[in-house]
Amino acid sequence: MAAKKKKKVTKKATKRKFAPDKVRKAGPSKRKGKNDLSEVAIESIKDVALDVFNVANSGELPEMVMPQRNLKNVTYDKKTGYFEMAGNMKTRRLDVNSVKTFAQTLRLMSLAKDMVADDDFATKREAYYVSKNWGDAKFGEQRESDSVLDDIEGMFSLKDITREILRFRPEEHGGSVVGALTVIDRDPETGDAIRSDCAAMGSGAYTIPSSVDHLGFETSADFIIAIETGGMFQRLNHHRYWRNANCILVEMSGVPTRATRRFTRRLSQDLKLPVYVFVDCDPYGICNIYRTLKVGSGASAHINKDFCVPEATFMGVTPQDIIDFQLEDATHPLLPVDIKRAKDALKNDPFFKAHPKWIKAIKQMLKMGVRAEQQAFAKWGLNFVIEEYLPTKIKNAKNFLP
Amino acid sequence: MASSQREISISEFFAKNRHLLGFDNPKKALLTTIKEAVDNSMDACEEAGILPEILVEIMPIDGQEDRFKVAIQDNGPGIVKAQVPNIFGKLLYGSKFHSRRQSRGQQGIGISAAGLYAQMTTGKGPEIISRVKRKKAHHFVLQMDSTKNKPMITHDEELDDWHLKHGTRFECALEATYKRGKGSVDDYIKQTAVANPHASLTYLAPGMEEPIVYEASSRVVPERGEEIKPHPYGVELGELIKMLRQTSSRWLSSFLKEDFCRVGPKVAKSIIAEAGLSEKSYPSRIAREEADALHRAIQKAKISSPPTTCLSPIGEERILEGLQKETDADFYAVCTRPPSVYRGNPFQIEVGIAWAKPGDDHLDVDGDGKITKSKKKKRGTFDTENLLGNADDAIRILRFANRVPLLSQQASCGFTKAAISTSWKNYGLQQSKGSMPVGSAVILVHMASVWVPFTSEAKEAIAPYDEILKEVRLAMQEAGRKLGVHIRKGKKISSEFQKRNYIDAFLPHVGIGLQEILKLEPEVREDTVDMLRATLESTRKI
Repeated sequence: MAAKKKKKVTKKATKRKFAPDKVRKAGPSKRKGKNDLSEVAIESIKDVALDVFNVANSGELPEMVMPQRNLKNVTYDKKTGYFEMAGNMKTRRLDVNSVKTFAQTLRLMSLAKDMVADDDFATKREAYYVSKNWGDAKFGEQRESDSVLDDIEGMFSLKDITREILRFRPEEHGGSVVGALTVIDRDPETGDAIRSDCAAMGSGAYTIPSSVDHLGFETSADFIIAIETGGMFQRLNHHRYWRNANCILVEMSGVPTRATRRFTRRLSQDLKLPVYVFVDCDPYGICNIYRTLKVGSGASAHINKDFCVPEATFMGVTPQDIIDFQLEDATHPLLPVDIKRAKDALKNDPFFKAHPKWIKAIKQMLKMGVRAEQQAFAKWGLNFVIEEYLPTKIKNAKNFLP
Repeated sequence: MASSQREISISEFFAKNRHLLGFDNPKKALLTTIKEAVDNSMDACEEAGILPEILVEIMPIDGQEDRFKVAIQDNGPGIVKAQVPNIFGKLLYGSKFHSRRQSRGQQGIGISAAGLYAQMTTGKGPEIISRVKRKKAHHFVLQMDSTKNKPMITHDEELDDWHLKHGTRFECALEATYKRGKGSVDDYIKQTAVANPHASLTYLAPGMEEPIVYEASSRVVPERGEEIKPHPYGVELGELIKMLRQTSSRWLSSFLKEDFCRVGPKVAKSIIAEAGLSEKSYPSRIAREEADALHRAIQKAKISSPPTTCLSPIGEERILEGLQKETDADFYAVCTRPPSVYRGNPFQIEVGIAWAKPGDDHLDVDGDGKITKSKKKKRGTFDTENLLGNADDAIRILRFANRVPLLSQQASCGFTKAAISTSWKNYGLQQSKGSMPVGSAVILVHMASVWVPFTSEAKEAIAPYDEILKEVRLAMQEAGRKLGVHIRKGKKISSEFQKRNYIDAFLPHVGIGLQEILKLEPEVREDTVDMLRATLESTRKI
């Protein structure tokens, strides 16, 4: 079907004009920020430590309670639209196996308390290096300190205190953004508003900061496309696809970071824009990247509520696209790890299990036994994706996979 | 041709076949000489109910590197003058060959063979000093006529004064090599001390400044096993024919009842009926074919096992004493099996294991569950080889037959076969297929029997009869189980110790974390950490 309609659609897409008349606006998020909750955070840290102290001195073994962070501890309901924590807790009781982590948790909590009090911050990497001064209790690898940080974050999320409030920041920044969007930020020193026009970034792009709740937005765009790879993002940016299609492009670079998820969520929620996701047709693109953007993840169950985009829909590449756009000879066979991931999703992932269309699509992919990358459309010409694929798909946006 | 046919004397036979008796090379000759003399001394002492005190000396002879003088002296009952030449000078003269009684010596070859070897290699016969209670000591020098198997006393002197009230000293010069290490005289003396904790041994060898003294740890002379009549199952056809000829019984039925053990009228009747003979036949008139039928009937008959009162095991307690005395191990396990029977011969197997924990540290758990670490106490290094090997060496097996150490032919010995076919992995030791287990340990196996089935006259290895292998394995399994429990417990303690070290490394950081968050005073922090440590340890009782 694609080949016949090719020319008509191309004309239509390129003729589309940028329409600045219907501008939508959004102020900073109403979510409570770090300054509102600093006192609460310090008190909460003290409460946990005091409890440990009292239990220890009563001759009992102290414990810390935190939510389990895995897919088994989330539930999914189409109405709420994201992975909700199911309430399973893990109890870290002081014993030989836990004593090291127990000590590290307390010492990182102490670091957090100081940072909240001084309004400073530490990146996850910096927190890891701080531990190098702890002698025996130092972390061997950042993976270990990240895990303890996640536990602390989970523990305090029960009191609505986020990692940002505790002043721990991820190392990675958010993704890149271009298109019909103006971001209104604030100068950290003067407090003056700074306006960034994402349509005026030249050949570059606006970079999502690690914290996005204080941003304001203005846009005239019709929709957002969240893109997996930098390569595809650059192609669409270079040819100013966003101008012709009147949209915003968000580059995710793999599984989207929290900042990217929160940023996209705010565009979706506050500006009421539809979000279309464009990733590779493989289990990683679908079951990790798309799933995490839309409903969150098991590991960050305690923050999914604000850090996912329930309204996002899956544009492609779908297994059916491989057939419809005759990409069969531009595919690669599924690797054993892909097959395992897909089967795992069918068996254990509450999101996919709730959507028969997805079960069908994943089963179709498994049956075909192949995966296709976004770039595979280059088989039909470098700009086939702009001229043919995207316009064709977007016309049928209501049929996107949920 | 006929004129060249003549009788061969046993002494001549020995002179040509001395390897059969353990004199194959100078090193072994020295060991065999001492071994035979010590065995005799021990038997003599125990027979007389005396706690053996034995002195063994090896003295170099000036200017003759390949010759040594050896002396073995005991505090036994002594030997009356008339018997001395026969005992020490005549091969196959002894009290033990015909008796079914547990003793170290069996054939009466050993000590006279040693004398003969000495005489053949140095020209000088053995010298003996012996004193019987309340009599004067005699000093003899013997010379053997190897053609006639007849000893001659070339010197006989009554000594006015000898330092022992009773006892015997055997001395001879022989061609020999003295070496230390495995299978040496040193090794033999040490192992003898392990299996005979009631004996004190004093040992002086070239190169030693002071003699080594192995003190007795037990003051009890082992009970002597009773003498028993042969059991029908153990008698071979030739021996049966000989017994039929020599018996003083007049009727076949009384021959069976009188000359064997465990044969009553009923059993005798059924054997004779099975053989198709008459109860009233004259034993001496039984023909060879009839004897054959009788022999086969015996094998078919149901006869109860021989009495076991003839056996004198070392006993679990004594084995334990012996091992504790001569090894520096952390754990000992012993097992004495109930008596069993092979080919009509009663026997009893005993096994002892001494095991040392690898490494230098020793962990102790006190009543409160506290673990303390200490350096292993080092005992003075032994002059002889430590019986416990290194932790990654194959475990040594000490083999004993009627308390006598077996020093060579380990590989072909039934005891070794039994040890290899025991699955030591079940008991916490490493073992690869078809070999001895590995560890810093020693396994002792003792067989007490009225007749030990050696594979050769040199008495070096036990024939692998199924019944014997089975008993050895059962004994090893029983002792092994005790060892396994200990090793597993030790592993538990050492892993617990590591865990507590781990706790000790991190608990202070829990304190620091709390101190920083709650702004605690240093003493409060210390108290909290101490409290936590105490709580943790009390929940981790072993």
